[in-house]
Amino acid sequence: MSSTAELVQTIVGKHGTRREHLLPILQDLAKEQRYVTEDAMIEVARALDLSAAEVYGTASFYTFLEPVPTGEHVIRICKTITCYMKGKDEVIKAIEDHLRVKLGGTTTDGKFSFFAANCIGWCHEGPAMLIDDKVYTKLTPKKAIDAINEY
Amino acid sequence: MVLDRETKLKKLKEHQTKVNMIFQDQDCGQMLDKCLSMSPDEIIAEVTESGLKGRGGAGFPTGLKWKFAAEQKSDVKYVICNADEGEPGTFKDRQILEEQAAKVFAGMAICSRAVNASEGIIYLRGEYNYLRPRLQEELDAFNKKLKEKGFKFSIIIKSGSGAYVCGEETALIESLEGYRGEPRNKPPYPVSHGYMNKPTVVNNVETLVYCAMIIRMGNKEFLQLGTKDSRGAKVFSVSGDADVEGIYELELGMTIREFVDLFGDGDTKAVQVGGSSGHCVPRRDFEKTIIGFEGVPTGGSMMLFNSSRSMYHVLHNYLEFFCEESCGQCTPCRVGSQQLLRGIEAIKKGEKPPEYLNELKKLAETMKVAAKCGLGQSVPNPFLSIVNNFYEEIIF
Repeated sequence: MSSTAELVQTIVGKHGTRREHLLPILQDLAKEQRYVTEDAMIEVARALDLSAAEVYGTASFYTFLEPVPTGEHVIRICKTITCYMKGKDEVIKAIEDHLRVKLGGTTTDGKFSFFAANCIGWCHEGPAMLIDDKVYTKLTPKKAIDAINEY
Repeated sequence: MVLDRETKLKKLKEHQTKVNMIFQDQDCGQMLDKCLSMSPDEIIAEVTESGLKGRGGAGFPTGLKWKFAAEQKSDVKYVICNADEGEPGTFKDRQILEEQAAKVFAGMAICSRAVNASEGIIYLRGEYNYLRPRLQEELDAFNKKLKEKGFKFSIIIKSGSGAYVCGEETALIESLEGYRGEPRNKPPYPVSHGYMNKPTVVNNVETLVYCAMIIRMGNKEFLQLGTKDSRGAKVFSVSGDADVEGIYELELGMTIREFVDLFGDGDTKAVQVGGSSGHCVPRRDFEKTIIGFEGVPTGGSMMLFNSSRSMYHVLHNYLEFFCEESCGQCTPCRVGSQQLLRGIEAIKKGEKPPEYLNELKKLAETMKVAAKCGLGQSVPNPFLSIVNNFYEEIIF
């Protein structure tokens, strides 16, 4: 049995095989495998007795589960107007220069993906970003790079 | 008159002595005891008479929602706490969950007694995943307390995965059931056909806390606040070009002028009330516009813009947001949002004459009536209010 199949089996065992378990299963897979792979979706479809298209359809709807390869850590910087007003563009530029990757891309060593996100709920302390599940606020170019260097 | 920051903070503090329901510490055990001493009908009557309307933005009367769910005959009913706070400029629910989670749970438990529900689900947006471990800890303790007190009700937490539209209650339910977060046709409403096709109450985080407080203290204090159409207070998330930013609980019914005097930087030219999907109020309307259901309703988001800001840029940012977050299910919203965005870009670049704006306004009016859910129906709010009030900034 492949390692993906084993992983899917463990996760499905934890949540269950009904349709309402699909999202928690995909969320766990995204956490374990960084993103939801095609193989994993096929395995999940088999375990839940769904078509692979159904699983793909659900996964691809959600920004955090999108079945596209991402880096080890995902940086999501808020692009809402209030974060823009506090200097989000300079922070983006600094991160792009530091990681040598454009917004939307993944570094060549596969360590970071750098995405823009819609409002992450820190408008009064912008600019704000998430690295994986951790939040960083009141960013300056320097603070943002220091945060990235923690990883 | 422009006040300095110190005076503003002092005034806000005075206000807080008058209004402090959400962030006030409470013994949740006592709340549950009080709830148990009342019959379901009494609970519903107390909430209904308070005049409380949903605090997520749509403003449906909470007591009525509970009454509809209570009238349904079903062995299984659900209470869902909508913590999918995604409206740009809103961050109040995060703070409430960070500081007063137990009161949110208590609100759910009270609702469960009122409508006879057995299961509660908190749908927490994926962007707030870092809250989950602590919430789970508090929830475990709370579930234990519920059991001790004899409630046949328990609560679980589920996470979202970064889709704004899932804040719409039927999309949220679809998502909980493991599907794409695409809103359903209404009616039937969730109160009769909700999660798993069972009667379901979906309430916003803040609404649940007000319910808990109304049951704890009776609705008298709540009724003294606000206006006839907008009873009580509301938690506001203030951001943008503001001297004072953050979370403040304020009485409903104040004018935008009063609000701007408390928070603005002295040069406020517009306030976007209710986030991307809300209305933009220009300076000349500050005096006559009331914050509340009789004027401009809000889910809490208040973004202030001063005269250095381009309202074209603001509108562009909002429309980009809707293009991305539209679920794509219905054409008016999917194509409409994109056309509005392309349209204002074309006018700005001179590819289309300024008169083209009239066509776009017609399109916006169409979206209002033809889009399937609240998301598509509210894209015209920022569009029309910004285009009508800041015409020159859009076309030049």
